[in-house]
Amino acid sequence: MKRIQINESVCIGCGLCEVYCQLEHSQSKDLIKVFKREYPQPVSRLSVEQREPISFAVQCRHCDESPCVYACLTGALQRDPDTGIVTVDIDRCAGCWTCMLACPYSVIRQDLYQGKIAKCDLCKGREIPACVENCPNEALTYVEEDSIIPQLQLKREAS
Amino acid sequence: MKNATKVKYLLIGNSAGGIGAAEAIREVDKTGTILIISDESYPVYSRPLIAKYLAEGYPLEKMLYRPTDFYPKNNIQTRLGNKVTHLDIANHTVRLEDGQEIQWQKLLLATGGSPIIPRVDGITKKGVFPFITLDDAKAIDQFVSNQTKAVIIGGGLIGTSLTAALVEQGVEVTVVEMKEHILNAILDDEMSVIAEATLIQNGVKVITGHTVTKINSRSKGDDTVSQVTLNDGTRIPCDMVAMAIGVRPRSELVSGTGVTTNRGIVVDRYMTTSNPDVYASGDVAEAYDLVYQENRLTPIWPNAYLGGRIAGLNMAGRITEYPGGTSMNAMNYFGLNIVSAGILIPADDSYEVLSQRSGFNYV
Ligand SMILES: Cc1cc2nc3c(=O)[nH]c(=O)nc-3n(C[C@H](O)[C@H](O)[C@H](O)COP(=O)(O)OP(=O)(O)OC[C@H]3O[C@@H](n4cnc5c(N)ncnc54)[C@H](O)[C@@H]3O)c2cc1C
Repeated sequence: MKRIQINESVCIGCGLCEVYCQLEHSQSKDLIKVFKREYPQPVSRLSVEQREPISFAVQCRHCDESPCVYACLTGALQRDPDTGIVTVDIDRCAGCWTCMLACPYSVIRQDLYQGKIAKCDLCKGREIPACVENCPNEALTYVEEDSIIPQLQLKREAS
Repeated sequence: MKNATKVKYLLIGNSAGGIGAAEAIREVDKTGTILIISDESYPVYSRPLIAKYLAEGYPLEKMLYRPTDFYPKNNIQTRLGNKVTHLDIANHTVRLEDGQEIQWQKLLLATGGSPIIPRVDGITKKGVFPFITLDDAKAIDQFVSNQTKAVIIGGGLIGTSLTAALVEQGVEVTVVEMKEHILNAILDDEMSVIAEATLIQNGVKVITGHTVTKINSRSKGDDTVSQVTLNDGTRIPCDMVAMAIGVRPRSELVSGTGVTTNRGIVVDRYMTTSNPDVYASGDVAEAYDLVYQENRLTPIWPNAYLGGRIAGLNMAGRITEYPGGTSMNAMNYFGLNIVSAGILIPADDSYEVLSQRSGFNYV
């Protein structure tokens, strides 16, 4: 399975990943419409964590042992055993937020308009997730799981 | 045991713990027979959602925790609507209410909790309900109308969920809580005051520091609820009373079997009881709490599922340690969102308490 590699040392905190995540998960798929006219506005499934000079984007890590799936009170969250992707059946999400409490990365977001959660689905149907494709600095890359490099090691290599 | 059905894995309880175990067993052992028994007759449903069912008629299909083809697809046998009445550990058998005998190699007790019945005069009258199962929710739903007046004994998580649901139905609700504040087991004082204020704003009467001592009927020989009496003599007219002072581990099956119990069935970090072929998880089990760093009852859904999962992996031979769980709750009443986890009220001043409040936002 491919996963998103985060590289904090080259993230400039521009937020384009969030913009394109929202666009990808919008109704209109039109940048201007999404931000000027679409209501409700889609929620970005990832967020850029920032405290200058550090910044990095985090989205669902699609954990093999997924605390959110185990915590889900309704069975709406499931991990596909074949693809390894953790997705939510939004129809069955009751908006109890228990998964948010359980997630060790704090990457499950609230869609307050719908009263349900919003989470990364690795842009199902797309070869490369929108956040990765639109990152101008390769702070997000899409790589095979076994070539994911821990942040500390990346940092050491960069310095 | 001549006529006993033989299974490799027997799981008692068809809820979070039982399903967590069944799914884990199937990850390791694709063929070993799994049998799940429950005295509830529904396929696994989300117990916390019974409040939503009562509040807004949340559809049953959406309450199901797994798709309808879950059991056949995973080759899991079930005996639903059937109670285990006797456990014989030496012979590795159980007996069901209908007389069937089942022989097992590995057993999981995921029997959950039963409502604690308060010691109150008149508790068996018509109009007194527990609120633990879907059938309880259905019975209450049938009983109430927008003319109903209800008294809820206990202002914990279950009492508060029930209160919110009944208010949606137009029921006039009074909550009677013995301690100083409602939700006192999962919230600190300041937060429970906010929760109380939210209930009060929505028309609920909240009486704390009191208990119900008697449930009365209009006349002798009448067996329906008409009023409750509090410990200070106050009387509150009502047609319905709900028992919501908590659940007690349903560990009666192991009594007299030698399996160690304390408040619940005691398990180690592998979810094994004092007998190596018997496992326990969920509300019935006293398992490792990672915040307190000791065994405790932590009766919440996520811990039941994960504990069941760990039990299942170990039962099937993949030795896995339970990382531990802790009390952790997310609630959502009348638009007020609350999350709480771990130790809320420190035991002594060796803890540092950080809090911040602005209006109704409190961290
Ligand atoms: C109204 C309500 C709201 C809740 N809200 C939340 C919430 O918001 N968040 C949260 O985390 N948790 C919540 N909980 C708690 C949560 O539902 C439990 O922690 C969870 O269901 C425990 O799962 P379990 O598998 O241990 O047992 P249970 O869900 O209790 O299931 C045990 C099953 O075993 C059956 N059984 C027991 N003994 C026998 C026997 N001898 N023979 C046959 N069958 C037997 C029982 O009938 C039952 O069906 C709530 C509970 C209630 C009642």
